[in-house]
Amino acid sequence: MFLSSAFRRGGLALLGVLTLAQAHALDITGAGATFPYPVYAKWAEAYKTASGNGLNYQSIGSGGGIKQIKAKTVDFGATDKPLTREELDRDQLLQWPMVVGGVVPVVNLQGIAGGQVRLTGALLADIYLGKVKKWNDPAIAALNKGVALPDQDIVVVSRSDGSGTTFIFTNYLSKVSAEWKDQVGSDTSVRWPAGINGKGNEGVASYVRQQSGAIGYVEYAYALQNKMAYVQMKNRDGQFVAPNEKSFSAAAANGNWKAAAGFYEILTDEPGKASWPITGATFILMHKTQDHADHARVALDFFSWAYAQGQKAALALDYIPMPDNVVKLVEAEWKRSLKDASGKPLR
Amino acid sequence: MRHATPAIRRIYNRRRRLNRINMAMSALGMGFGLFWLAWILFTLVRYGFEALTWKLLSQSTPPPGSDGGLLNAIVGSVMMAGTATLIGTPVGVLAGTYLAEYGRRGWIAPATRFINDILLSAPSIVLGLFIYTVYVARVGHFSGFAGALALSLIVIPVVVRTTDDMLKLVPDSLREAAIALGAPKWKMVTRVSYRAARTGIATGVLLAVARISGETAPLLFTALNNQFLSHDMNAPMANLPVVIFQFAMSPYDDWHKIAWGGAILITLSVLGINILARLLFRQRNS
Amino acid sequence: MNSSRHSRAVHGPHRRTARAQLSRLGDALFENVTRLFAVLVLGTLLAILVSLVVTSLPSLKAFGLGFLWSDDWDPVRDRFGALVPIYGTLVSSCIAMLIALPISFGIAIFLTEMSPTWLKRPLGTAIELLAAIPSIIYGMWGLFVFTPVFSKHVQPLLIEIFGPLPGIGRLFQGPPMGIGMLTAGIILAIMVIPFISSVMRDVFELVPAVLKESAYGLGATTWEVVWKVVLPYTRTGVVGGVMLGLGRALGETMAVTFVIGNAQRLSVSLLAPGNSIASSLANEFAEAVGDLYTSSLIELGLILFLITTVVLAIAKLMLLRLGRLEGTKS
Repeated sequence: MFLSSAFRRGGLALLGVLTLAQAHALDITGAGATFPYPVYAKWAEAYKTASGNGLNYQSIGSGGGIKQIKAKTVDFGATDKPLTREELDRDQLLQWPMVVGGVVPVVNLQGIAGGQVRLTGALLADIYLGKVKKWNDPAIAALNKGVALPDQDIVVVSRSDGSGTTFIFTNYLSKVSAEWKDQVGSDTSVRWPAGINGKGNEGVASYVRQQSGAIGYVEYAYALQNKMAYVQMKNRDGQFVAPNEKSFSAAAANGNWKAAAGFYEILTDEPGKASWPITGATFILMHKTQDHADHARVALDFFSWAYAQGQKAALALDYIPMPDNVVKLVEAEWKRSLKDASGKPLR
Repeated sequence: MRHATPAIRRIYNRRRRLNRINMAMSALGMGFGLFWLAWILFTLVRYGFEALTWKLLSQSTPPPGSDGGLLNAIVGSVMMAGTATLIGTPVGVLAGTYLAEYGRRGWIAPATRFINDILLSAPSIVLGLFIYTVYVARVGHFSGFAGALALSLIVIPVVVRTTDDMLKLVPDSLREAAIALGAPKWKMVTRVSYRAARTGIATGVLLAVARISGETAPLLFTALNNQFLSHDMNAPMANLPVVIFQFAMSPYDDWHKIAWGGAILITLSVLGINILARLLFRQRNS
Repeated sequence: MNSSRHSRAVHGPHRRTARAQLSRLGDALFENVTRLFAVLVLGTLLAILVSLVVTSLPSLKAFGLGFLWSDDWDPVRDRFGALVPIYGTLVSSCIAMLIALPISFGIAIFLTEMSPTWLKRPLGTAIELLAAIPSIIYGMWGLFVFTPVFSKHVQPLLIEIFGPLPGIGRLFQGPPMGIGMLTAGIILAIMVIPFISSVMRDVFELVPAVLKESAYGLGATTWEVVWKVVLPYTRTGVVGGVMLGLGRALGETMAVTFVIGNAQRLSVSLLAPGNSIASSLANEFAEAVGDLYTSSLIELGLILFLITTVVLAIAKLMLLRLGRLEGTKS
């Protein structure tokens, strides 16, 4: 009698612990851009050990991320190409930047090391338009006095698959070249006027590596890991800068982040002496009104943890964390705009 | 006769020369085929062998810079291929049975055979697209079950074709003997025809399993991928080919290593299934 | 249970009629169930066709038939055309068949007529294992291992030898990049060789030994036996094998995606990068934003499906005609 009641009590207690644990360990799901997948995965792993909550991030592409969050099949969406204010309002979505990445032009020229070649945005656009065809073109030579540029055809390499990298790159070219804007425009994939196209960073990198005289653009992490010869770019303030953490952070900090516009800001051609001109953030999308407040809270905890604790992990993977001033703006916007079903703020 | 000898000899020599050349060419063709097999296997062993550790089999896919393996992808692949085979085999065998045993008159059998040959060669990515439009887009999320459905569309035509072919190879004399003994047709089919064609049909099923184990294209828009170990067929599911694809295209060295490990794993197991099946069948047949 | 009924049934006329009824019922049931599944297979094709047509309606409406011969592929301005991927799909598969057909034939002859008996099985198995290697492995191997070797050692040679020739030289222009239509064709050839050759071998082995032996007895060489006895006897099977290979080549996705270059541009040179329908889908579908873009991609899938269907239909009709010719001759 005594024994059985003790068992019962023990069992109940055990049951209580189990349900408690269940209530606490929530798995949230997100889907979208492939570009930030490695860093989100890294954060998810660290956050799981820190909090017990799992994050399942599916890298299905920005288009997929936007579709999925609109259909409410995921807790958050992720996109490299920010939505405009009108698009956000139409679906009652909130958008904010999560992490910054840089796009780096890389070249393969015999005897020329990383950082030796300097280009301006307009010149880069002319090369990608197929107007500047030779490495010893006077326009390039004028920028690169003292560099032995070969009498060689320029092989232009770009991405064949839709990608955020292409979006940032073509967005930059559109800002610095009216002709590019008219003829090609900017999107996650465009109709390339010249050259060859590789699938993914790997495809572009392998083309550039194999083709003497090639120029391509890849994510910063890729240029770094493969030790590719990068190009110095002239930024808006007229300075030549090399792609690195500092120049990316500078661009991100100088961005004109306005919460009101849904953080619609593409970090290309930013002002500032140290700013790398081909920088871009990747974005998170959530519904302003949350039907599953518990999920949304865990997701927000994760994001604020990532802003505060995830910087080192991001840098280790060659992503640039958001500057503090932007993080403050974002967290204030969460308090203002995110509500549960009854209209109470989530944070 | 003797006068014609030089002419005949000329013709004879020409015939012999042609024969030698063509036979040499065919041996060369054989060598050509073996050369690629050897090269590909060599590549896999060279890059993949060092990645083939216990960790690869016991841990899930890591973020870059962390320890990990392919457990979630292996489990997902096995579950989806298994489900696809469970769906595809009975459908394929029954449809194939109709073609071979009842299809001698009427239009259904020839039409089905024709359509089945088209499905057999239907691009697997289109099958994935089909499942995406009719299933994934409807329910609103990617899932292991959608992946299994797409794979089963590959299994079915293979099984239909082999069942049809193998049943047709069963001599009619066997069938006639069974009918003459008074067996009803369904019994004749299940007892006589299936028994005679058993090995062939099983080969077809195994071929289908081997083919879907390495399929990537139909899973891209259906099962998607999952960073974690999951047994939920109603949620996105990791699978070897897609993980290999993703990791091979990444900039991180440790992901490359896992991709090569996955590559050798998937190749060895598919080749293993193949060889094992052959050995078993040979034993049973002899 | 069935066997006990069977043994009892032999004993009396009663049982026999009951059994006859039961077996009639069983027969009807069995036939209808199998027919149902046959019809299910039949319906699958129709379902695929309908679903693809319905989901590609926006692009069908926007571009009409012009979609087929427009080489425009501009996601920014929402203008799409299928010419480049269609061309790439057909050309890469043609290259594959040109290479794979003679080699598969050689392998089949070697296995059936030349190889010592003890070698037949291991060699045959080895070739079939080539088919078992997943296509993604071909892709990885193609991009990381084959392409560098090919661009460094083989393509410069091709450009040097064939480049200056009139006509055919136009196919071998441009820088040796390793990646492109020709590379895709070669990888595809390696992938379909085992399919074609194992079907050929299987049907060659079906030739009655009596036929071959009598030809050898008349003094025919091995080649003559193959060309004049084996091949005519197995023609339908050979075409079937080729059909299988071609179908696989047309729709192959992953291996091609890795090595074809994925350029939406039309070029005559086989060394230039191109695009195939399947690799366009694999590359762009997930990141495609906008209804028109997505439905254009699905229309590409529909076209691929129709191409394979037409190819197979032609092959089948040829088979039928061959069969009829054989009928009138004998």
